Amino acid sequence: MTESSRSLVSVKNVDKVFKRGSEEIHVLGGLDLDIPEGEFLALMGPSGSGKSTLLNLIGGLDRPSQGSVEVGGERIDQLSNRRLAAWRARHVGLVFQFYNLMPVLTAQKNVELPLLLTHLSRAERKKRAAIALDIVGLSNRNNHYPRTLSGGEQQRVGIARSIVTDPTLLLCDEPTGDLDRKSGDEILDLLQALNREQGKTIVMVTHDIHAAARATRTLYLNKGRLTTEPEE
Amino acid sequence: MAGMFNWISQIVSVTLFNLRTLPQRIGSSTTAIFGIAGVVAVMVGVLSIAQGILRTMENSSSSENVVVLRSGATSEMMSGLSGDDVRFISEGPGLLRQDDEVMASPELFVIINLPIRSTGTDANVPMRGVTRVAGDVHKGFQVVDGRMFEWGLNEVIVGVGALREFAGLEIGSTITVAREEWPVVGIFEASGGIAETEIWVDASVLQPAYRRGNSYQAVYGRLKSPDAFQEFKDALTSDPRLNVKPMREADYHSSQSTVLYNLITGLGTLIAAIMGFGAIFGALNTMYTAVSSRTREIATLRALGFQASPVVISVLSESLLLALLGGAIGASLAWLVFDGFRAATLNFSSFSQVAFAFDVSPALLVRGIVFALIIGLIGGLFPAIRAARQPVSAALREL
Ligand SMILES: Nc1ncnc2c1ncn2[C@@H]1O[C@H](COP(=O)(O)OP(=O)(O)OP(=O)(O)O)[C@@H](O)[C@H]1O
Ligand SMILES: [Mg+2]
Repeated sequence: MTESSRSLVSVKNVDKVFKRGSEEIHVLGGLDLDIPEGEFLALMGPSGSGKSTLLNLIGGLDRPSQGSVEVGGERIDQLSNRRLAAWRARHVGLVFQFYNLMPVLTAQKNVELPLLLTHLSRAERKKRAAIALDIVGLSNRNNHYPRTLSGGEQQRVGIARSIVTDPTLLLCDEPTGDLDRKSGDEILDLLQALNREQGKTIVMVTHDIHAAARATRTLYLNKGRLTTEPEE
Repeated sequence: MAGMFNWISQIVSVTLFNLRTLPQRIGSSTTAIFGIAGVVAVMVGVLSIAQGILRTMENSSSSENVVVLRSGATSEMMSGLSGDDVRFISEGPGLLRQDDEVMASPELFVIINLPIRSTGTDANVPMRGVTRVAGDVHKGFQVVDGRMFEWGLNEVIVGVGALREFAGLEIGSTITVAREEWPVVGIFEASGGIAETEIWVDASVLQPAYRRGNSYQAVYGRLKSPDAFQEFKDALTSDPRLNVKPMREADYHSSQSTVLYNLITGLGTLIAAIMGFGAIFGALNTMYTAVSSRTREIATLRALGFQASPVVISVLSESLLLALLGGAIGASLAWLVFDGFRAATLNFSSFSQVAFAFDVSPALLVRGIVFALIIGLIGGLFPAIRAARQPVSAALREL
């Protein structure tokens, strides 16, 4: 077997161009990346280097200006918007820096949200959301609204929401970026456990070297290149 | 199939979820609601005037009644019938007989000047000279206060609408017409019809006062049944001695009100269109604000895999809900304030005043609410499209 055929994610010769006025910014100058199934990859690099951009391409939140993005054998850059949305719902779990929970929904309902895109019955949705909340250690907070939870707790709800559909791929953009050290560590423990015990493939963007240390591999993005060592 | 179900359940859940966030936008939502309510109230109010006039005309007519004018005349004012004409008309087939009397009432129609009660300015008030059968022919005629005038005397009775709108018509007062004094001796009703704006007097007294000899202007008749009209009409129009135009009473009254009805309806529609235009901008503004305040929520939903169409529909439902509330408030307000409100206006077709009550009919309420929904639909559509078009990744960057 070749290296790429074992990859869950295969990014080839990808570039993303943003227009700022008349100026064109090439963020990822023909970048390649393979992520094997079961890996916990940390992505580091200076601000503005394109980490979020790369993560968005892998998660099907955006399309490359050039190159291909293949996830689980599927060319997601070629899917229609409609099918891409359905693909995200089925295959990707997203964790955001600022949690992005719905303020009018309880923790339980927030976690149930992605399940509305499945054919599960109401009872089944409820059960799965409860299990996910249990996994992140918040089963006693089901009926709490986000504003009554601490940052760390909110992020744990965010993680519960990302795993409730049992996706193959978890994409986390600075998941501990807004948390204190202790809460951040708890989140990292959780991600590590999900990777080790449930075999989730995780890509985590972070600025924190301690967070990156939890990953199985760390890559540095700088000026559109990926390297295994930070450039100086 | 499953995809369809999935799509509908997405719509329902995104919409319900969105509506729960509505209280966060209470301020701008309330503004939009009351803007729309105002438009609907004004529109329904103005149109209820037209509706009220129409209603008055309908109240004036009964289906067995006919009106005969000289052919070519479009109103009683312009018509003239000789004593012979009247006699031949009364012999027409199909007319009802009661106690050996033919239900055909030759009438005289003149216009006098009386001050409007509220403003004191002079207005044209119709005065009708009638014969003994008039009370049986005209729909719902009934003296409700005082007494009927004495036949052969200079006495008048006054319709309740005329009493309400014009000064100096109370029982016991006297009006001056054709340099003669006419005491008011009674008040009458005519089932809410146009006759209630009139003053009635014995035709044989009015004729000499206006030097009309033995001529009249119209014959009002009551047929045995509505079906008898065609026979009656054919007989009169084919009679070589006569040159007249027989009409159903309802057709005559509606022809008398078309100009006024169309004018007011046109005016109401114009006002509604102009105000509605403003309300659309209000709704647009509210909904653009709503959408931009929810940028991150919407982007998150899209990132999680929700389709664009449920987002569009959720924004549209919000604006339609606001419009529905506004429409309902406006329509209720119009109903509370205007329905039954009494007024009088000049009817151009007869050059005389017609008293009426604003009529906020159920159909008008529905029209008001439909109009509100149209405002809501247009006001929500563009913001909804913008919400759906927002690129997910860019929207997620916004805080
Ligand atoms: N939607 C967009 N429109 C215009 N420019 C964009 C857009 N998204 C990203 N960029 C630009 O692309 C570059 C990379 O942005 P990106 O967010 O991927 O960086 P990052 O590595 O995640 O930075 P940070 O560590 O600050 O989050 C930046 O210069 C940014 O301004
Ligand atoms: Mg970033």
